Amino acid sequence: MDMFLNIFVAAVLAGTPLLFGTVGEIINEKVGHLNLGVEGMMSIGACAGFMAGYVTDNFIIAIIASFVAAALASLIYAVLTVTFMANQNVTGLTLTIFGIGLSNFIGIYMLGKSETGTLKLPENITAQMRDIHIPMLSDIPIIGKMFFSYNPFVYMGIIIAIAMGFYLYKTRLGLNLRAIGENPAAADAAGIKVTKLKYINLIIGGGICGIGGAYCSMIINGGVWISNNVGGLGWIAVALVIFASWKPVNAIWGSFIFGALRVLKYYIPKTVFPFPNAFYDMLPFLITAIVLVITSIKQSKENNIPESCGINYFREER
Amino acid sequence: MDNENTVKYAIECKGITKTFGSVVANDNIELTVKYGEILALLGENGSGKTTLMNMLSGIYHQDKGTIYIGGEEANINSPVDAMSLGIGMIHQHFKLVEVFSAGDNIILGTEKKKMKPKALKEEIRNISKNLGLEIDPDKKIYNMSVSEKQTVEILKVIYRGAKILILDEPTAVLTPQETEKLFALLRKMKEQGCAIIIITHKLNEVMAISDRVTILRKGKSIDTVNTSETNEKHLTELMVGRPVSLEIERNEVENKEKILKIVDLTVMKGDGTKALDDISFNIKTGEILGVAGVAGSGQKELCETIAGLMPAKQGAILYKKENIIGKSPSEIIKLGISMSFVPEDRLGMGLVASMGMVDNMLLKSYKDKKGFFVDRKPARELAKKLKDKLKVVTPSIDTPVRLMSGGNVQKVLLGREIESNPNLLITAYPVRGLDINSSYTIYDLLNEQKEKGVAVIFIGEDLDVLLELSDRIMVLCHGKITGIVDARKTTKEEIGILMTGGTIGEEEEND
Repeated sequence: MDMFLNIFVAAVLAGTPLLFGTVGEIINEKVGHLNLGVEGMMSIGACAGFMAGYVTDNFIIAIIASFVAAALASLIYAVLTVTFMANQNVTGLTLTIFGIGLSNFIGIYMLGKSETGTLKLPENITAQMRDIHIPMLSDIPIIGKMFFSYNPFVYMGIIIAIAMGFYLYKTRLGLNLRAIGENPAAADAAGIKVTKLKYINLIIGGGICGIGGAYCSMIINGGVWISNNVGGLGWIAVALVIFASWKPVNAIWGSFIFGALRVLKYYIPKTVFPFPNAFYDMLPFLITAIVLVITSIKQSKENNIPESCGINYFREER
Repeated sequence: MDNENTVKYAIECKGITKTFGSVVANDNIELTVKYGEILALLGENGSGKTTLMNMLSGIYHQDKGTIYIGGEEANINSPVDAMSLGIGMIHQHFKLVEVFSAGDNIILGTEKKKMKPKALKEEIRNISKNLGLEIDPDKKIYNMSVSEKQTVEILKVIYRGAKILILDEPTAVLTPQETEKLFALLRKMKEQGCAIIIITHKLNEVMAISDRVTILRKGKSIDTVNTSETNEKHLTELMVGRPVSLEIERNEVENKEKILKIVDLTVMKGDGTKALDDISFNIKTGEILGVAGVAGSGQKELCETIAGLMPAKQGAILYKKENIIGKSPSEIIKLGISMSFVPEDRLGMGLVASMGMVDNMLLKSYKDKKGFFVDRKPARELAKKLKDKLKVVTPSIDTPVRLMSGGNVQKVLLGREIESNPNLLITAYPVRGLDINSSYTIYDLLNEQKEKGVAVIFIGEDLDVLLELSDRIMVLCHGKITGIVDARKTTKEEIGILMTGGTIGEEEEND
């Protein structure tokens, strides 16, 4: 029981950055843009969040900085693909390479300026990021530990996922946005401002990815800056979008399952399963492949990739 | 015009001019429609009909001229502007989101006050009831038939309060019965005071539905006539600019022999449903076998199976008494079976859009030459020959085919297939979207082949043409053959019934 509880908590913690990345990418794909720059946007968010926190010692400012920086990165992507009709895959990959590079560059620059040779978040902000203790709820045995004793990122991620699910599937704006991802020509003819909505949602999606990046730099390594702190999580998020069948609410449990797969290697003794760690690192992708096979057999149109995802829209093209 | 006694026009276009680069698409066009009137807009491909309608619906903006809506000068800059002026356009290719329900598609993009889903559905039901339509607001578009989708499109513009409707070739994909239903709906809307503009290539429909006809030719408005005072021949003359014969020559060819026999053929689609369900028929040399059917009844699969692109599940395809199932496409081409499939987007199958005529010729013939390098000389000669013979309009034979107009692309495709001297020519929708002149060039080509003793399978959309061109007509419905009839004896209505799965008294021939 104890072991299960530990795995559960570790899975939630490991899944949270994935949750942000996945929800952000879902918004992007739902508006018709396959943005492969998740890793880059997360890296930029990681850097901006950490540095803002390091300088200001304020958690809220750090989060806002990570959101804004990644949203700006996504704006580059939006300008290139929406306005200049650049190839989405190439642009996304470029954004990834650029984001990781920029993040590491600023990190090394800041390290050089620091007197101790390391970058560690100051005390005030570390305290703000500690696990939240909710009176009564957190004290319930087991349940309290399972659900009510996480750091603020975890709750923020779940709230954002639910809010985005509501936005996509229950509001008029969400309906318009999904219409663009499915058939931009139809949306255009129906009087929806395609370009404007694409920009807005690409920026929102990018910003959400950035908060996930801030989690990587500020929480995972205990508040100490290291390079490449996102470490491929952005790519897993891209796979998770498929796993979640493009629904933000599915992304919640999906990312926690993927989180569990990532921490399993620490909990399953090598004497039981004599597999190397690389085996566990491979599992998320193996499962994504299986999910892809299952969904393509099911042929359900609703749970599939938006029809125009990956294709730029040009009104006068015939 | 401001005089109270003169009629107030729903739309009045004065001196509309639109140029794309050096091409004048619309040149000083005059057009008027009254409320409670149906105007047909007639013209060949490239005569500027769609450009004009796109200006009315806000996709383009005119360079010169004024548009008056309901008597007032209007500035239409976007689809939203057009909508707020009460103009609704029903496009030829439906602008619907497949995974949404009918209701979601109808309310999409509107800024009406948010209503509870239940009240919304009630409103949609009420609108459709007023027009005598049946629609389930919860039904997903991808589960709908073509005519249902069209109904959703119409409801969509009516929900937005459109009083002026523009329909771009609405009947191209409908069966005769569905067309009748659509016309009944349009008449009803006319009675309710709507102004309707309908674009169509089919003259009999113009005669049946419209009050007046405006004819465009080469971007100019040639004339507007009252439908009751004109006839099809006169309209064609106005449209083409010279008298044309509307007859397709159909000669009986002697010495027919059976060349292809299809026995109990069943083909599965990717999703596990039957595309072709136990069909049997045959075709003789010197014969055109027309294939009719609602889009998606198995026509594409039939072509692809004969050409060896799709595997058959059961049955046999006997070509000169030899079963060709399991042979590769290139082996089948060597046997003399040739396919020209013109898909909806014209370029999808058969031609490479970014290549010129020469390279597209090579695609079919490069294998005949031995050696490592490509020899472009024969292909170049063939391309030149085709260009002269079929009067293909292109800047040069190396110009990428995607820059050519639809009619010319189709000529290139069909011409290449014919040049390979096939014994069996399969052609699907060869006149899709073509105007009268280009269509007749294609019909003549097919007839020429038939007289040479080629067996032609002609998959078509326009029943009038099928009736005039084919010797026999085979009707497909949901992958089954519902009848094979003699084209000289049958009627359009009979084929319409067969297309929707009905049966007629006549027995099909036994083989």
